[in-house]
Amino acid sequence: MADLLDLSLVEARAALDRGETSSVELTQVYIDAIERGAGLNAFITKTPEKALAMAEASDVRIAAGEAGAMEGLPIGIKDLFCTEGVLATAGSHILDGFKPTYESTVTANLWRNGAVMLGKLNMDEFAMGSANVTSYYGPVVNPWRAQDGGNAQLVPGGSSGGSATAVSGRLALAATGTDTGGSIRQPASFTGIVGLKPTYGRCSRWGVVAFASSLDQAGPLTRDVADAALMLGAMAGHDPKDSTSADLAVPDFSAALTGDIRGLRIGVPAEYRMDGMPGEIETLWQKGVQLMREAGAEIVDISLPHTKYALPTYYIIAPAEASSNLARYDGVRFGLRVDGDSLDEMYENTRAEGFGPEVQRRVMIGTYVLSAGYYDAYYVKAQKVRTLIRRDFDQAFETVDAILTPTAPSDAFAIGENEDDPIKMYLNDVFTVPASMAGLPGMSVPVGLSDRGLPLGLQVLAKPFDEATMLRVAGVLEQAADFDAVPAYLGGGT
Amino acid sequence: MSLDKATVQNIAHLARIRVEDERLDAMVGELNAILGWVEQLSEVDTDGVPPLASVTGHGLPMRADEVTEGDLSEKVLANAPDPAGQFYSVPKVID
Repeated sequence: MADLLDLSLVEARAALDRGETSSVELTQVYIDAIERGAGLNAFITKTPEKALAMAEASDVRIAAGEAGAMEGLPIGIKDLFCTEGVLATAGSHILDGFKPTYESTVTANLWRNGAVMLGKLNMDEFAMGSANVTSYYGPVVNPWRAQDGGNAQLVPGGSSGGSATAVSGRLALAATGTDTGGSIRQPASFTGIVGLKPTYGRCSRWGVVAFASSLDQAGPLTRDVADAALMLGAMAGHDPKDSTSADLAVPDFSAALTGDIRGLRIGVPAEYRMDGMPGEIETLWQKGVQLMREAGAEIVDISLPHTKYALPTYYIIAPAEASSNLARYDGVRFGLRVDGDSLDEMYENTRAEGFGPEVQRRVMIGTYVLSAGYYDAYYVKAQKVRTLIRRDFDQAFETVDAILTPTAPSDAFAIGENEDDPIKMYLNDVFTVPASMAGLPGMSVPVGLSDRGLPLGLQVLAKPFDEATMLRVAGVLEQAADFDAVPAYLGGGT
Repeated sequence: MSLDKATVQNIAHLARIRVEDERLDAMVGELNAILGWVEQLSEVDTDGVPPLASVTGHGLPMRADEVTEGDLSEKVLANAPDPAGQFYSVPKVID
């Protein structure tokens, strides 16, 4: 059979059931791949012994005919998820040495379904970033290289950059990520993989280090759409421990991949055609539209008038929620403590040393927009604009079943680029943030290459809790686009 | 609306983040750039628009008010940087 690393989640699951390989063998192949790929800096913590022990247990269950949906499949976990007894850092110095005494619901669901943990993946500090350059554990390297004569190391996007690199570079069969404003979808686009942010409420947030609680959602980063459907099903579900978790049955997402979108109405929003957007993004988008049309979908021009306000709205609401959520890092209960002469001094010293510059910036913006005298002008105003953004989508979904847009306004850039100005970095999420503000499901599918030979994705959005239709559209888009380019790290494009 | 150094220093104090004087100028510039950029929201007419509090529209579920777990002090304190017996410790607050 083919190289084990070439198998997708779905293929590996079938190979395990047929007895063509064992979970221990498959897991060992990935442990070796992680060692070879150390230079990509995708992992913060590797757990090879734990992985092999979990794989052995999986092999026993497979032999007994008790295999779960993810049985024996080795995956990586973004280091934002609490994992019992295994370091959880959120990419921050302030969580030094933090070993949770409990397991997040999403990871517990994955282990219950038989998945095997390879380790914890690098990420932007507290998931704040779009390039994975704010991690205390250093930047993550994208497995792709531009075919432009240079040999610069590129960012994998962020904040789930370690997850994206691990999946794209075949250091893990799949990975969990989290997405607050685009942190699953944008890195998926930058690394040529599939990234899915479910509807807000589909996956439990319990045990996931909080960034902006009204926006945070966990989701899968995978090699293809079928893998995303499989893994989402294993992560999702109602959880009484998260009061915002939706008490809805989890559909069979894999069954949604019918390959047939004839008659579906797919919206193309005029406002996503932005000033200064590179021509290659527009070209890719038009290609996606054409592929959808050829597959029998009806293309509908729609308007989402408040699109341009989504990003500034996000940069009030997300920092506001972050400043509140991150108040818990005080040097008392977990992680880093830097002494001071008084309690306040201890807090201030701990947080000055423990938080990096981007986190400090956002906590301060959040503190300001929530402070007396400015709350109405900034925070309440932003919450009102958020209502208008949601209404735009509600109206659009009266006439369409899904929406197709670009995922990101560019291909992957070099490590060190876009760091001179925070707003430049924020603009990476211009196409992903609106759906986040509205709580909608969204996913990125690799569709083509940029002029420099780097992957570019398109984003499919759907109605709340209609991930099934989103996956159906994404599956057809994937098949029609037939994206088969390989990153330089795996020998492609040279 | 533009922040000055004293205001930024005060925000830093409210956020319990020590900011050294030499970093203050840069921080004033960065925060003002971000606040200036979000200022564009003032163009949007939001008269009569309710603020969005929940995207799901689901109400908060109720549950019985009962003790479901306890006696976890060891687990709770397991990650404390400087625990004292069964307690967290902080620098002296009262002389």
